[in-house]
Amino acid sequence: MFKKEDFILLIGGEAGQGTRFGGNLISQVFNQLGYFVYVYEDYQSLIRGGHNFSEVRLSKEKREARKKEIDVILALDQKTIDLHKERLKKEGFLIFNNDRAKSEQGIGVPVEKIVKEEGGKGPMVNTALISAFLRIFNIDFSLWEKILRAKVKNDIDVNLKIAKRIFEICEPKFQILKIQEKESLLMTGNEACALGMMKAGLDFYFAYPMTPSTSILIFLANKEKEFNVRTYQPESEISVINMALGAAFAGKRTAVGTSGGGFALMTEALSLASQSETPILIINSQRAGPSTGMPTYNLQGDLNFVLGAGHGDMEKIVLQAGNAKDALFCANLGLNLAWQYQTPVILLLDKDVSENTFSVEKEILEDLKSKGPKIFEEKEGENFYRYQMTPDGISPLAFPGGKFIVKANSYEHDEFGITNDEEEIVKKMIEKRKRKFETIKRELQDSSYLEFFGSRDSEIFLFPFGINKGIALELAERMGFSVIFPYLLSPFPEEIVKSYLKKAKKIFTIELNSLGQYVQFLKRYGIFAKPILKYTGRPFFIEELEEEIKKEI
Amino acid sequence: MNLETKTKITWCPGCSNFLILKIFKEVVEELEKEGIKKEEIVFTTGIGCHGKIFDYLNLSSFYGLHGRTIPLAQGIKLANPKLKVISFVGDGDCYNEGIEHLIFAAKRNADIKVFVFDNRNFALTVSQFTATSPKGFKGASTPFGSIEEPLNPLELVFSTGATFIARTFTHETLHMKEMMKNAILHHGFAFLEILQPCITFFNNISFYKERCYLLKNENLESTKDALEKIREWDYKDGKKIPLGIFYKVQKPTFEDEFYKKNC
Repeated sequence: MFKKEDFILLIGGEAGQGTRFGGNLISQVFNQLGYFVYVYEDYQSLIRGGHNFSEVRLSKEKREARKKEIDVILALDQKTIDLHKERLKKEGFLIFNNDRAKSEQGIGVPVEKIVKEEGGKGPMVNTALISAFLRIFNIDFSLWEKILRAKVKNDIDVNLKIAKRIFEICEPKFQILKIQEKESLLMTGNEACALGMMKAGLDFYFAYPMTPSTSILIFLANKEKEFNVRTYQPESEISVINMALGAAFAGKRTAVGTSGGGFALMTEALSLASQSETPILIINSQRAGPSTGMPTYNLQGDLNFVLGAGHGDMEKIVLQAGNAKDALFCANLGLNLAWQYQTPVILLLDKDVSENTFSVEKEILEDLKSKGPKIFEEKEGENFYRYQMTPDGISPLAFPGGKFIVKANSYEHDEFGITNDEEEIVKKMIEKRKRKFETIKRELQDSSYLEFFGSRDSEIFLFPFGINKGIALELAERMGFSVIFPYLLSPFPEEIVKSYLKKAKKIFTIELNSLGQYVQFLKRYGIFAKPILKYTGRPFFIEELEEEIKKEI
Repeated sequence: MNLETKTKITWCPGCSNFLILKIFKEVVEELEKEGIKKEEIVFTTGIGCHGKIFDYLNLSSFYGLHGRTIPLAQGIKLANPKLKVISFVGDGDCYNEGIEHLIFAAKRNADIKVFVFDNRNFALTVSQFTATSPKGFKGASTPFGSIEEPLNPLELVFSTGATFIARTFTHETLHMKEMMKNAILHHGFAFLEILQPCITFFNNISFYKERCYLLKNENLESTKDALEKIREWDYKDGKKIPLGIFYKVQKPTFEDEFYKKNC
């Protein structure tokens, strides 16, 4: 039986055939029908040819996990059929471009022929193939037309002509209706980051292109006016972060984004941000490493690196996100925390959080606010000291160009900011920064910086890292496990996390690396977990994860 | 407002950096009379002997990383284009580590002023060769002499699109003052190379005094003349070292373009 309330569609083809855009169009249609959407993107680091596909999961309940078994294949080329037909369920549908692919099973549609006859161009074959799928599933043409008009920028009339022709020649074989009254925002994790930062009052975003973080820059560059944000692409990641620190020193809320290699180049300035107490949000979206690794695939290998990054005796805030909703929340939180506490904040994402598409409830946007820094208020006869000693370690801010002289320093310094290496002053200044982090730890010991699913009476707990959150939640629901997902990795909400684990007998991490870095991380806090690892660059299928965990319990 | 801080100056007694500090203060005072407030002058420094000026000047400033202070300055200027932003850099700090930032700041005509304290060696780390040290320079890491030819930084910045290129010498104080002022008042990227003898490790005061002559500052928009003058001395031995403005043109700045896009 075809399960209408939860099914997966795979659309595949060569790079340049627009499979990703195709997946996006299908997501938009089903979003209107009340479905939750999760799109896994699989593509290679090339511009034309190769094999790209999107797996679109459509469900009544929120589901953010891949499954090995799929329900629909839309094949723009032969490779898609050859590579994925074994995953297709018996009752599933294979709809293919029979001008370019052959198959004994399934429904072949002469999409290229029709595109040509209607005066269309290459990438419109995906409009045609999706039209065939929507018709076979008996979806209203008017809905499809609405989505096409909203999303297709060029040649909309030709696209509509093609869609209409396909609706005429294909027969409905199945019926999909509106599943519930609900419409979410659809966004990738990277788009969510951009939006979250904007809501925190982002002024500038600097970045050097690096997959999988690049689309934050691209998205913001196209939204400059709407978001009142300015973007720039300097000559290197080193320039990116130093420019960002200069801008923050002069009062602009600034963030930067990169992946592991670029983050490596930024680490010297990360330490500068700490010493000079300059606010900055750094987004690091992990891709497969070491070194150049696999640019478009996911290995979550930067956890150790990010936690340890920054030379010298320094602390910083590190956040993680597991889907677009988290990215929205954490990017907003991260930029606010950077300014509230005048500190570097790192938001750790991964390729799948960054580039996959998720449904996000609209209401969340209303909770996202901009929180301001402590600003120096002038009193009669008082001078401004950039690094003034305060009980909570936070010195009020002022910016150059105003009334006061503002000095920020990479060297150890006195309260005014002048270089100093005298024992007593050094000790006081180090203790001021330490007090600041104690304030941070105290103020962030709150269960709202952590997601908990399940019950305190659970015996089995899952600690998914990054994108694995979705799959962990689904498996936990099915098997009665509990899930803990701390947004804050540093400072880690140790006591809160441990309070959930009182009855835990088995704890598993789920991570996409070979060393079990999240296990190592939890061990620092006396939490002993077993790693469930996958390191092929692709995230788990739920069937795989289930099998692995069943072996262990 | 006093330009001095209470900090004890730790440059070597007699260091030519004292001249830069003194003249720069005079420039700031003069600019103030012309309507540029001290609070609106912001500078950045890299790491090296030059950077110590951060502690001696009571102006808003950011003491950055070695080689990375030019992007810092560009960030400040982008954030608040009303500010006059000056980057004090050293030769090691700008022509060795971080040379790409000099190239790109010039290329995009960022409206910052780069003042290079070129003492032609890494002095603070007790003398090693830099990009402008002459071949054969005997520093701590090259006891038998460096084996690289020096770089002509003026030729480099000229090729990358700088809109203001000048050179001065610390011991020509009146000239240095004029060059600093001209650089600060230039709308766009200004590059000022300051020949700054290191009296402890590379004392070339007399070498410069014998060779330096002042240019007439004519035909400043001519690329042909600029290149000719720039190539007159290649940072090797040479007979004559021209000082003055080599090139000056007006072009839209990085900040002009940055705030214009999409509006």
